Amino acid sequence: MPMINETMGQYSELFMLLAAGTYTVAFIAFAWDLAKSSKTLRAVDLKAAELSGAEAARVPVGAGVGASSAALDRADSDVSGPAGRAERPTSSAARGGGAGAEQTADGAMLYSAERRVPARVAVALTVLGVAIHAAGVITRALGAGRVPWGNMYEFLTTGAFVAVAVFLLVLIRRDLRFLGTFVVGLAIIMLVAASVAYWTPVGHLVPALQSYWLVIHVSIAVLSSALFTLTFAMSALQLVQSHRQKTIAAGGADKLGFMRLVPNALSLENLSYRINAIAFVGWTFTLMFGAIWAEKAWGRFWGWDTKEVWTFVIWVVYAGYLHARATRGWTGTRAAWLSIVGYLCVVFNFTIVNQFFNGLHSYSGL
Amino acid sequence: MSERVNVKKKSPAPGTPEPGVKPDAIDPVAAAVSAAKAEAVLPSLGPVAMLRWAWTQLTSMRTALFLLLLLAVGAVPGSLFPQRPTNPSIVTQYIKDHPDYGKILDSLQLYDVYSSAWFSAIYILLFISLIGCVVPRAIAHYKAMRSQPPRTPARLSRLPEYGTLVIPADAGIPASDAIDDAAALLKKRGYRVEVRDRDGARPSLGAERGFFKEVGNLVFHTALIGVLVSVAAGGLFGYSGQRILVEGDTFVNTLVGYDQFSPGTNFQSSQLEPYSIQLDKFQITFDRESKGKFGQPIDFKADVTTKENPGAPAKQEVLKVNDPLSLGGTSIYLTGNGYAPMVTVRDGAGNVAMQGPVVAKLQGDNYYSSVVIKVPDAKPEQLAFAGFFLPTAFVTPEGVSFSGDPDLFNPQLTLNSYYGDLGLDSGSPQNVFELDVKKLTPLNARNLPTKGIVLTPGATQTLPDGKGTITFDGVKRYVGVDIHHNPGQAYALFFALLAVAGLVTSLYVNRRRVWVRTGTHEDGRTMVEYGLLARGEDHRLAGEAVAVRALLAAAWPLDDADSQPVPSAKADNGRAKTGASGAAGPATPLEHPAADFIQSTAGSPESKKDQ
Ligand code: HEM
Repeated sequence: MPMINETMGQYSELFMLLAAGTYTVAFIAFAWDLAKSSKTLRAVDLKAAELSGAEAARVPVGAGVGASSAALDRADSDVSGPAGRAERPTSSAARGGGAGAEQTADGAMLYSAERRVPARVAVALTVLGVAIHAAGVITRALGAGRVPWGNMYEFLTTGAFVAVAVFLLVLIRRDLRFLGTFVVGLAIIMLVAASVAYWTPVGHLVPALQSYWLVIHVSIAVLSSALFTLTFAMSALQLVQSHRQKTIAAGGADKLGFMRLVPNALSLENLSYRINAIAFVGWTFTLMFGAIWAEKAWGRFWGWDTKEVWTFVIWVVYAGYLHARATRGWTGTRAAWLSIVGYLCVVFNFTIVNQFFNGLHSYSGL
Repeated sequence: MSERVNVKKKSPAPGTPEPGVKPDAIDPVAAAVSAAKAEAVLPSLGPVAMLRWAWTQLTSMRTALFLLLLLAVGAVPGSLFPQRPTNPSIVTQYIKDHPDYGKILDSLQLYDVYSSAWFSAIYILLFISLIGCVVPRAIAHYKAMRSQPPRTPARLSRLPEYGTLVIPADAGIPASDAIDDAAALLKKRGYRVEVRDRDGARPSLGAERGFFKEVGNLVFHTALIGVLVSVAAGGLFGYSGQRILVEGDTFVNTLVGYDQFSPGTNFQSSQLEPYSIQLDKFQITFDRESKGKFGQPIDFKADVTTKENPGAPAKQEVLKVNDPLSLGGTSIYLTGNGYAPMVTVRDGAGNVAMQGPVVAKLQGDNYYSSVVIKVPDAKPEQLAFAGFFLPTAFVTPEGVSFSGDPDLFNPQLTLNSYYGDLGLDSGSPQNVFELDVKKLTPLNARNLPTKGIVLTPGATQTLPDGKGTITFDGVKRYVGVDIHHNPGQAYALFFALLAVAGLVTSLYVNRRRVWVRTGTHEDGRTMVEYGLLARGEDHRLAGEAVAVRALLAAAWPLDDADSQPVPSAKADNGRAKTGASGAAGPATPLEHPAADFIQSTAGSPESKKDQ
């Protein structure tokens, strides 16, 4: 048994606090970015409309995003093209959901030349926050002399760290800054919940958790959950965006200006599908490694313990999601709902099941 | 899935796409669906047609999705209500506690969800649907793998990825050579290639790769069946049991050796290998460092001596949580532990009526445990004791005793005593951890003048009325072990791994088609156009188009200014800047989608002059 280092534990809590503080500032910056961008866009819109009539209102968003203007060219010249393509797109098919596509950000989610100062500040702050957060997670691990995911407090603090880190990693390649408020906001909630409701001092693992399977099984579960978190946000935005696109296409007023920073519904759906596919593989491993561990610990690889039931339910829901994407009439909005339901199950499994359901997995440390 | 299979059956050239149309999501599907619907309302369906219709419905993608979601929903109640297989006594209690609806839930099999008729129906239907889906798809895919790549579409420019290259007239590469070059390059890239009309005016090639995508998908689904069958087989041929071992006890793997035994349906007692395990010593390490968890057990360790069979040499082994022993085809797990106070009971005649450890059942914090001692051999009357064992006894000012620590700092036995007929001779089985005191007469009890018995190790209490004595000799520890034999689990693991391999293959292999057409322009240049099409999800198709283009371009001395990749609507590809650079190109054939590129004016000397 490694020694418990209480001082390290106290440093860790300090770092967590500082990280939460930094995230809060980053959150404000992200929110500012959304507010400001929708304002600027509206202003540019107005000016453009004055200049050259309603037709030019498309320009602001198309400008600065080469690919999407190309998309428009192509879309215009391609009216006689493949009919089913927009339905279940492959690489080049995601050309926006018809009218109103030009009212959204670049579907490729690539960085544009446009300077969004608040967004940059927000990302910089998030990077700072995640660095402090990392220090918090590492000192916690050092203090306990083991992996930092052995009870609810640690699941939450480490989980929040992974969620933000995965988000920042994806940001390297894709401009998902429109998810910033969501991801950072969630991380703040998780850190606060951990410190207020689930605080646990550094300590040893209960014997049932002393296994290298804890390292493998839980790390993959946390990583997959972080990915599911991203796709949850994207699916929720997809629903809002597709509603908005429909309203605009029908000639309605655009009441959700900030949604212009968000790509069109189809692009959101495609990217969240890809991330969900990765996360599903991860969850499959979570399920399998959990079964192997259960066999080692309790002598049976599957016993319908509450935690096992919910892990299975989540797996089946996301399998349903992958199926839905290949089923006529289930793509788009319905698939997005499945992705959301799947994530709600993940949250339920983590919160309610851990605390209120008795089972062999009662390790929440409460 | 039948929708898709139907499509394939109905079109004479399976998988031959209309130019530029994805075969997977086109109107024939809708046609098939509406055809099925039309069939459904036909008034004169014979029984065979009815069956076929039902089968089509059952194996459809929509039904599969519905059953999957139903499976998810159906699994939930098992986590909301106590389940018989794991907690039979809690279920009984639950039904007692909820007289209003407890019985109704029972009749809905909500305490046996995972073996209930309705849950079984869901997964059996799902797996029938799965088989009905996988088999035709496997056949169709087998045929597809053996057939040639589909014919070259008339207008490649309609494909999602399209581009053109122009080889100058003086390079000396005629159209037929160009198509050979392209074929060789694509073959090297893993495509299966067929060249058509090589020596004609418009040689072309069709190429396809990524057959493993569908193979992976089929393997994944088939392996799921394997997992299910393995689990079922484990239930049929396996067995499991429990045994409590006090330090010094030996377990022999025979039916009588078990405290509790649950055989699978096909179990035979000859399956049991007569190995033995003796518990020599059991140690617990308690957390004495952290404040929040002070006194929590952090390590359990059982030293055991095992023998493969009665004649085999003894072996010293260690049994821990998360670290089972393997013996005689079974796995042995450490699943519980507690204290077993040792007592000696003498009857009124002064004879030892009972001596040995008594397994104390955990009741509360810090190993606060209940103790029941039945002494049927005591004479003239049978004796019984019931009470508590506390490893570290504390007493509050109000007189309530509790255990202050899990370790043996101040062990104490507090007991009531009784005499009378224990009812053990009636033959009906009794729970050793419970004492029915209704028919017994109390001797010692807190509310009697005799008071309760309080013993520390070594102490002896004399019972009233000369009924005998009880001595607390000391404390041993006991462990609970679970013993399992599951012949299915190795297979389940194998199929699970196979499923993951299939899943990853299916998700990350991309099935793609490439067509290339060449021709000679009036002015002597060799014109090349190519198009790419994906089957299924493929966000890297645009990247593949770039790669294919680069390969072709490297093979020939190109008339660079005349060749352009065609900007397609890249909203979701893996590349960063291509969409934008493509847009920078001059007028493209797309302006005239119907135009023939090979004889087009694009890039011709005249059009160059115009610029
Ligand atoms: C035990 C139930 C099932 C589970 C857990 C399951 C799971 C999955 C998963 C995870 C995928 C996506 C990964 C891949 O493409 O390999 C998938 C794809 C697919 N499944 Fe299933 N499946 C089940 C039953 C069925 C049934 C009954 C059918 C047929 C009616 C079916 C037909 C398909 C098809 C056609 C695809 C490919 C979809 C595409 O092209 O993207 N599955 N399934």
